[in-house]
Amino acid sequence: MNNLLKLEDITMQFGGVVAVNNLSLEVNEGEIVSLIGPNGAGKTTAFNVVTGVYEPTNGRVSFDGRAIVESYPHGKMRKAYAGENRGVYKKRIVKTPDKITKLGVARTFQNIRLFKSMTVLENVLVAMHMRRKSNLFTATFLLNRKEEKEMRRKAEELLEKVGLLDVKDELATSLPYGKQRRLEIARALATEPKLLLLDEPAAGMNPQETDELTAFIRSIRDEFGLTIFMIEHHMNLVMDISDRIYVIDFGKLIARGVPAEIQNNGVVIKAYLGVSEDA
Amino acid sequence: MKTKSKAIFKTIDIVLLLAVLGVAIAVDAFMPVGLPATVLKKGAVFAVVAVSMNLLNGFTGLFSLGQAGFMLLGAYTYAIFSIPLEARESVYYMQDHLAGFLHVAELPVIPAMIAAGLIAAVFAFLIGLPVLRLKSDYLAIATLGFAEIVGAFAKWDTLGPITNAPNPLVNYPKFSKVTTYFIVAGVCIAIIALLVRSTYGRAFKAIRDDEIAAEAMGINLAKHKMISFVTSSFFAGVGGAMLAMFQSKAQANSFTTALTYEILLIVVIGGIGSLSGSVIASFLYIACSEWWLRFLDTPDVIPGLTRNGFRLVVFSAVIMIIVLFFRRGLMGDKEFSTERLVKGSKQLVRNLQDKRKAKEAK
Repeated sequence: MNNLLKLEDITMQFGGVVAVNNLSLEVNEGEIVSLIGPNGAGKTTAFNVVTGVYEPTNGRVSFDGRAIVESYPHGKMRKAYAGENRGVYKKRIVKTPDKITKLGVARTFQNIRLFKSMTVLENVLVAMHMRRKSNLFTATFLLNRKEEKEMRRKAEELLEKVGLLDVKDELATSLPYGKQRRLEIARALATEPKLLLLDEPAAGMNPQETDELTAFIRSIRDEFGLTIFMIEHHMNLVMDISDRIYVIDFGKLIARGVPAEIQNNGVVIKAYLGVSEDA
Repeated sequence: MKTKSKAIFKTIDIVLLLAVLGVAIAVDAFMPVGLPATVLKKGAVFAVVAVSMNLLNGFTGLFSLGQAGFMLLGAYTYAIFSIPLEARESVYYMQDHLAGFLHVAELPVIPAMIAAGLIAAVFAFLIGLPVLRLKSDYLAIATLGFAEIVGAFAKWDTLGPITNAPNPLVNYPKFSKVTTYFIVAGVCIAIIALLVRSTYGRAFKAIRDDEIAAEAMGINLAKHKMISFVTSSFFAGVGGAMLAMFQSKAQANSFTTALTYEILLIVVIGGIGSLSGSVIASFLYIACSEWWLRFLDTPDVIPGLTRNGFRLVVFSAVIMIIVLFFRRGLMGDKEFSTERLVKGSKQLVRNLQDKRKAKEAK
């Protein structure tokens, strides 16, 4: 199996705070991999590095065998850098989030970020804008009707798959919470990704909704041939769905393995519950 | 049934649009001079600029206050290129020192208007490169500064051979008919409306709603903000050319920050994010300020109170009242359609009936 996403020695330092410290991990094609850790461990920061929101202080991210993000301590960080592996990376590759999305990495957000003045359908259509073939002129003067029709058809098809077709003309923000989460995933799928990053997809969901979500994530993985990398706190969901799990604490990787290994890992239990190993 | 009533409403919309054009033709035929014609012409000009500002502020969420600057660029470009060659020496105060190209370059009306838009667009592109990185208030300050600088440059003596310094440019061809103003304005507004309804328009709205999410959905922020800024400025430039025609002279003094605020006011009154709102508000605003409240300027309406300039006091009060009662503007972020009007009034009647019933029940 080849790895689709690879993080090498990623360090993200804000001022004197090292939010992610020398993190290396791999996500293989077709896998569902979870990144877990206590609050403030640096999980979302790691996502933001992968998606191009932050330029890492040091390290490299490769996607599909190609470096998409790479940096080394420069500027102020040349002196202030407190991480490891200084000097290993010599290039700077910085892409804006839209470029990374275009390569095939889509994401959802921890605190739902739907386009609030738009309908459910429009939210999905926006995500299809990136793959348009029309240009400003043809789009304005209605010379792209065929493409527009095709976009709408695809969007509706996608909404049907996630079970939101019946509410397609409602305002996105008028949907109940669970459906908003689904819409966020549908919107991410509309960018035609290979890798889907889910940031706490089950946050705020009750047990029943969480179960539905588990089945839903599996089904979209199979249906769209996706690889999924997610951050999650719901342990039931994580243990149930993950092929492998990475655990970080204070920005550092403290454990990795299949769910059964993680469940019984003393270091992980300590990080989560804050008790000493022999207690 | 439903599709049938929709078709009827659509027909009524089109008929209404034609009726508006009919009004213009009628005014041209029966009272070519006078307040109604003036109001309709100026209203059409302001509608173009307000709609272009709404594209930027309302649909893309970029708070820019550079409108007057781009209008000035448009007005000057139009005037400079369309004054007939033989009239130029009499227009410029430095008759012997005209810039070389002014002796040869003359454009017909429509190409000159397009040139006006293009020059404004080119400046928007150049200024947009650094400025569009800024957010909200800071963008407003930077664009405001740009407009002031453009104004200062237009008055600068050294540029006199081109801009005629602080002196007005005159004697260029003008639209004389209300209908012409309406058709040109209509074409401009229609293009913006088409843009807003296209996939690009959806991308603009996505940027307005949530920049971070829009970028994560693959929308190139810098590119799309630039498209919106340049397009908006293009039509502000065309609007500036039209204003120059309306005023019969192009002079930096009439493109001040106050003009930008007037247009901003129109956009807010009409509804941020509603093109039809901007159009309606333009005509109402111009009609109120130039025509309907004129009578308040005569001393004998209410002796001791009304006097020259009193209309502006009342006008300001009216605006405050509108803003108080229509917090999101006349149209909110919806577009005008007969269907909405009918449904809205039905709802209103129903609400009133419900209220009355509730009262009777008590």
